[in-house]
Amino acid sequence: MRWWLPLKASTFTGPIDGLFLAILIITGIAFVLVEVGLLWFVVKYRQRPGRKAFYTHGSTRAEVIWTVIPAVTMVALGLISNHYWVEIKGRNSIPPNAYPIGIHAKQFEWQVTYPGPDGKLGTSDDFTVRNQLHVPVGRPIVVALSSEDVIHSFYVPQFRVRQDAVPGMDIKAWFQATVPGTYELGCSQLCGLGHYRMRAQVFVQTQEDYDAWMKQAAQEASS
Amino acid sequence: MTTVAATSHPAPAHHDDRSFLRKYVFSTDHKIIGIQFLFVSLFFLLVGGLLAMQMRWQLGFPGKPMPGGGVLPETMAPGGVILPEYYIQLLTMHGTFMVFFAIMPLLVGVYANFLIPLKIGTHDMAFPRINMWSFWSFFAAGLVMLSSLFVPDGAARAGWTMYAPLSARHDLSGASFGQELWSVSIILVGLSSILGSLNYITTVINNRAPGMTWFRLPLSVWSLFITAILGLLALPVLSGAAIMLLFDQIIGTHFFDPAAGGQALLWQHLFWFFGHPEVYILILPAMGMVSDIIANGSRKPIFGYHSMVFAIVAIAFLGWIVWGHHMFVSGMNPTLGSSFMVSTLVIAVPSAVKTFNWMGTMWRGNIKFTVPMLNAIAFVAMFVIGGLSGIFMAATPVDMQIHDTYFIVAHLHYVLFGGSLFALFAAIPYWYPKMFGRMMSERWGKVHFWLTFVFYNCTFFPMHITGMGGEMRRLYDPNQYTFLQPYQPIRVFISISAFLLFATQIIFFVNFWWSLKRGKPSGLNPWQDNGLEWTLPSPAPHGNWERVPTVYRGPYEFSSPQVPEDYLPQTRKLPSDREPAAASAARH
Ligand code: HEM
Ligand SMILES: [Cu+2]
Ligand SMILES: [Cu+2]
Repeated sequence: MRWWLPLKASTFTGPIDGLFLAILIITGIAFVLVEVGLLWFVVKYRQRPGRKAFYTHGSTRAEVIWTVIPAVTMVALGLISNHYWVEIKGRNSIPPNAYPIGIHAKQFEWQVTYPGPDGKLGTSDDFTVRNQLHVPVGRPIVVALSSEDVIHSFYVPQFRVRQDAVPGMDIKAWFQATVPGTYELGCSQLCGLGHYRMRAQVFVQTQEDYDAWMKQAAQEASS
Repeated sequence: MTTVAATSHPAPAHHDDRSFLRKYVFSTDHKIIGIQFLFVSLFFLLVGGLLAMQMRWQLGFPGKPMPGGGVLPETMAPGGVILPEYYIQLLTMHGTFMVFFAIMPLLVGVYANFLIPLKIGTHDMAFPRINMWSFWSFFAAGLVMLSSLFVPDGAARAGWTMYAPLSARHDLSGASFGQELWSVSIILVGLSSILGSLNYITTVINNRAPGMTWFRLPLSVWSLFITAILGLLALPVLSGAAIMLLFDQIIGTHFFDPAAGGQALLWQHLFWFFGHPEVYILILPAMGMVSDIIANGSRKPIFGYHSMVFAIVAIAFLGWIVWGHHMFVSGMNPTLGSSFMVSTLVIAVPSAVKTFNWMGTMWRGNIKFTVPMLNAIAFVAMFVIGGLSGIFMAATPVDMQIHDTYFIVAHLHYVLFGGSLFALFAAIPYWYPKMFGRMMSERWGKVHFWLTFVFYNCTFFPMHITGMGGEMRRLYDPNQYTFLQPYQPIRVFISISAFLLFATQIIFFVNFWWSLKRGKPSGLNPWQDNGLEWTLPSPAPHGNWERVPTVYRGPYEFSSPQVPEDYLPQTRKLPSDREPAAASAARH
């Protein structure tokens, strides 16, 4: 069991985990300030006989301070987050050389279409495998997501990547795996009674292993 | 408006010869309507809790027969073992009951009704009969929603957010009549809220007592007023969307069905355009009432009254332009994501201002640990956690990882349970004496508070951890995923804490019922507060005042050097006070 974000297995983990940590530090400071302050006041200013509270309606200076500091912090956080957001999800974020894979979601399975030996989707050598996503390591992958019926969501926690698959829409999402291994792809949008078992295996392989698997799978598919 | 209001002012207190039915059932008295909302929505709170217990059983002990589950039919839980199709009904109905039939009516239905006329000094709502209809359409909505649990193929199954096309097409969800009943019920809820909001807004604008200027209104009234405006903007959109959904379900339109030319994301935009203002409808009244209670419990004027008011207005305004933060990964244009991220982050600023002002109010106070005050302090402490976790989710790249995980579940329970419900555990005993003339037990109130505080945190805090680990929400059995199996001990821990949390609420309910008959008589002003309602007998009589009171100051004059006591009621005239302008008095 982990007490932190999942294992890191894609290039997004750097910026996303870093941002998470930064926000944890900022909110952690605010959290400690407030909770310790509350506790301290509760103890220090508890009712005692003969005491009267200090009569005041506020302090403009204090209020300006505690408005401006959060405001500046939030705007700065917004700008930094946006920088990474544009890199990860922006309209032009998908690397031009990304390797295409088609994923069609349907109640309750993932149909993964591979581009075949020519490396292009939509050609006659494409083939489709259920609930198995094989990707080469160290290479940007672009997933063309579509859905047959309801909204599903493509989620690989170790890659920090999530994108809804919406019927009637063609949506592209990209990522680049960094660590070979086996992971799980889950559906993270309630899609019906089988939502909980809408799951696929993800295999991150070296380019050679991937090519070998691809050759064999293409053959099996065509026979 | 004037004619309606003028003719419908009820008779003064002592000629109360209405029949039982008119007095307690089809009542137009704002206080009775508030109390009707209280009883009905406490019942729904219990229903929502019972549904949650069943979910927690399945998550803690998947596949094991649930104790007492044998009474459920084969289609839900054969042999007491919860089926996936029943589990998704449970999660849908839990969210729906809690949001629409428990927290929202408890905050707005109960306290806007009960408090607004009493706190601004008037006889009743501007439109008492419309007010009665607001309650009865809520009641009808609740019955419809409740009955959907008993129809053959079960209740709605698409989550409280009811995403289309799952919700719109029966062949995809597997439920039919239950889905339609959900839509009908939500249309009625919308109607109820619209009627109520109209009333609250009109009443606050027109019926304030002489001398009750805008900046002498208690923050509870300010927040209920702004909430009503938000409600009037948001609920028609929800009802409209629910009507479209119902049409998709029964008469073959395809607003939300892409297979026939509709748009799946249209539902999400409409729903969240309502939904985000809704979450502020669920917190603003809580913030307002907590402000009143913290000032009273600290025996100090509220710190920064004006910025508290502006913060309420700012939260409401911003809350209305951030809905897209629920849709960062929905396929919505990512550039929109950027702007929704910034507006969402900015909303943390007025929330922070409010938090610091509550702390400022307690600073150098003379804090009395009554049950309402304990719960109000816990509100601040817990709301902060929910507000801060919101910042993680507002940052779009981080949201990509934690969207639709238990991190979100943790967030929403920190704001809704830790925030709204703790505020209610403060407000209910605080205004109970004015409703029923008796106090709730202080001792049992404290026992309830401490146990709730501990079990609540044990239940919801660990969800941050499993959410960070990637545990998706709305899963019938997370153990399907190998990477989620190691978290099972945490799920067991959460479930056991949740059962204890639920059991603790029995204390609250027993205290509530027992005190109705046996509680200590309260007298006029048990909390030594300054508000107008505390000048009335407890319980407050029909029509409230024979002559409306005159107001000389704001509601937070605690520990004023002008008087020896540590409170100074709004109606008490000191030699230095001048009569308010006659223009305002002439209206009454
Ligand atoms: C500082 C203030 C807040 C911020 C920045 C904030 C931010 C957010 C964000 C970004 C989400 C969407 C996360 C996702 O689904 O990925 C969210 C969800 C949610 N928030 Fe907040 N929030 C705040 C306060 C509140 C308050 C006061 C309430 C209610 C009383 C609330 C109730 C909810 C609920 C119910 C959801 C989940 C809706 C669902 O998907 O079922 N939030 N919040
Ligand atoms: Cu799915
Ligand atoms: Cu929101």
